[in-house]
Amino acid sequence: MVHQTEDVQGLVRRPPAPEARTAEAAGSDTTSPKRPRRPRISRPTLAGLGFIAPLAVYMVLFYLYPLVENVSMSLHRFTRATYVTGEAPFVGTDIYREVIGSATFAPTIVQTGLFVVISLVFQYTIGLTLAVFFQRHFPLSGVLRGLFLVPWLLPIIVSGTTWQWMMDADSGVINGLLGVIGIDSVWWLNADNALWAVIIANIWLGIPFNLVILYSGLQNIPTDLYEAASVDGASPWRQFWSITFPLLRPVTAITLLLGFVYTLKVVDIIWIMTTGSGSSQTLATWAYSMAFGKGSSAIIRYSEASVVGTVLLLIAVAMGFVYLAVQRRQEA
Amino acid sequence: MAMQALPESTGTTRSSAPRRLGRPGRTGGPTKAAAARPRGRGFWKTVLGLVLTGLMLFPLYWMVNVSLTERSAIREASLYPRAFTLDNYRTVLGDQLPYLGTSVIIGLGTVVLTLIISAPAGYALGKLLTRGKRALSFLLIVAQMIPAVVMALGFYAVYTDLGVLDTLPGLILADSTIAVPFAVMLFSAFMSGIPKELLEAAQIDGASHTRTFFTVVLPLSRNAAVTVGLFAFLWAWSDFLFTSTLNRGGGDLRPITMGLYDYIGSQNQEWGQLMATAVLASIPTAVLLVVAQRFVAAGLTAGAVKD
Repeated sequence: MVHQTEDVQGLVRRPPAPEARTAEAAGSDTTSPKRPRRPRISRPTLAGLGFIAPLAVYMVLFYLYPLVENVSMSLHRFTRATYVTGEAPFVGTDIYREVIGSATFAPTIVQTGLFVVISLVFQYTIGLTLAVFFQRHFPLSGVLRGLFLVPWLLPIIVSGTTWQWMMDADSGVINGLLGVIGIDSVWWLNADNALWAVIIANIWLGIPFNLVILYSGLQNIPTDLYEAASVDGASPWRQFWSITFPLLRPVTAITLLLGFVYTLKVVDIIWIMTTGSGSSQTLATWAYSMAFGKGSSAIIRYSEASVVGTVLLLIAVAMGFVYLAVQRRQEA
Repeated sequence: MAMQALPESTGTTRSSAPRRLGRPGRTGGPTKAAAARPRGRGFWKTVLGLVLTGLMLFPLYWMVNVSLTERSAIREASLYPRAFTLDNYRTVLGDQLPYLGTSVIIGLGTVVLTLIISAPAGYALGKLLTRGKRALSFLLIVAQMIPAVVMALGFYAVYTDLGVLDTLPGLILADSTIAVPFAVMLFSAFMSGIPKELLEAAQIDGASHTRTFFTVVLPLSRNAAVTVGLFAFLWAWSDFLFTSTLNRGGGDLRPITMGLYDYIGSQNQEWGQLMATAVLASIPTAVLLVVAQRFVAAGLTAGAVKD
């Protein structure tokens, strides 16, 4: 019981690593040669299939089907007439070519890249700094670390509206504070600056996630390494670069990988602050605006939206494979 | 959620997380190390920690600050609610109550659906199946990585055909897809840790797998279920993307995120009321968190290390 409750606490604090144990078990079993079926073996397997059946049905209906629908829409031309006639002719990759050839495509890719890369660099750096700061316990450290997670758990629409108001050009507190130190007001949410505004808010949102994962990674570094380094007279700076950072590399890889995927698909924080206007349009918000006829796209353009969606989908699947590869390498 | 997912996601993180992280160095020494150190040395760190936490939570303070400020004084951006008022809350409370109620229903519905799907699957993955687990784990990870906007678009097309657009069950179904992969992975990790002897004992007594699941596995997995339920509720409560696309025309049967979004869209510049609504939308999250943390803490038996 002790073991399990500790486990749960671990799971609450840090996102779990469930595949780890199941994978070990699977590995040992699949390597053994096939044995003739005996009731003792096949009964649990049969029961297992029964227990997993709801999930299988669920995933086919609510993941696979919508995704297939999405891809299918990207290959058929949905127009205004589709609503009346129900007809959407198959056009192959025509719409892909149109979307990639459109004037919006290149800038959106660049903005998406900036949004993701800059967000990740700062989220990771700040998250790691904080994780190291919290690595050694001090009075109140547990409570403060817990409070750092609050932004992560709040509805994004709440944080988004708050940032929007804080960045108001005339009455926002950020310009107010900048004014105190003699910096002119910034039009945070106008077309040119919108990208920076949403990046700042998104960095803030991502810090807790990085802190949690990196902190738990730090907890797995044996303390005697640091003790030995101290005895040898290594400064804390030196200790960080020769012990902490190298040993944290596997965790870093996973953190950045997941961060990449999650940042790429962000819609809500951007949408709430700027509706993806001006420089803040990314692939995800572009797809959203075309799919539902909001923001930069006044009319609904399902097919174009599905094209962008399918591109995002392919990136996600590719990243899934990268994740698998990273994991394999770490096991080896 | 940016990181959801929550968290997410993970999230949450919602997040499937790196393997090496699963097992915390419980035996090792953060606690011991701290105890061995003289108390006073951490003092400056506490001060710095307070400052950093203050900076991090400043947006939340600002939200509360604005929500308590009179309309006429909001544009002064005073650092504390000098022109204090509760009027914003009075106005907003009546308007937003139906939305809050809807959010609770959607949240609970999502929790129930997520548990029904994921707990048995977790048992199968954690204890019963020996093959194909790796492939399934991979699918679950990819499922978590799929952009919500892609899912929303697919759901929209399917829901239009089925006629479940703008309905609560439709939204609950969509919201559950945020939590299910995470929930299955969490359950399977947890259930694989249940000692084999307990299950075998039940089976020797003649219990079927179903019976074992309900009488042994589920009760032991209560804590995992609370964790799953908590996150499923939070993510459903916070969801904006599915709500804004699949339940746009739901009237009062829309969750609080849409109540808040209406304010943003209306351009009437009632920032006091807007922030009061935002506070209302956050309070249940906070309450739930405190309650659930206490539950988890209560589950800790004596001697368990708590940091």
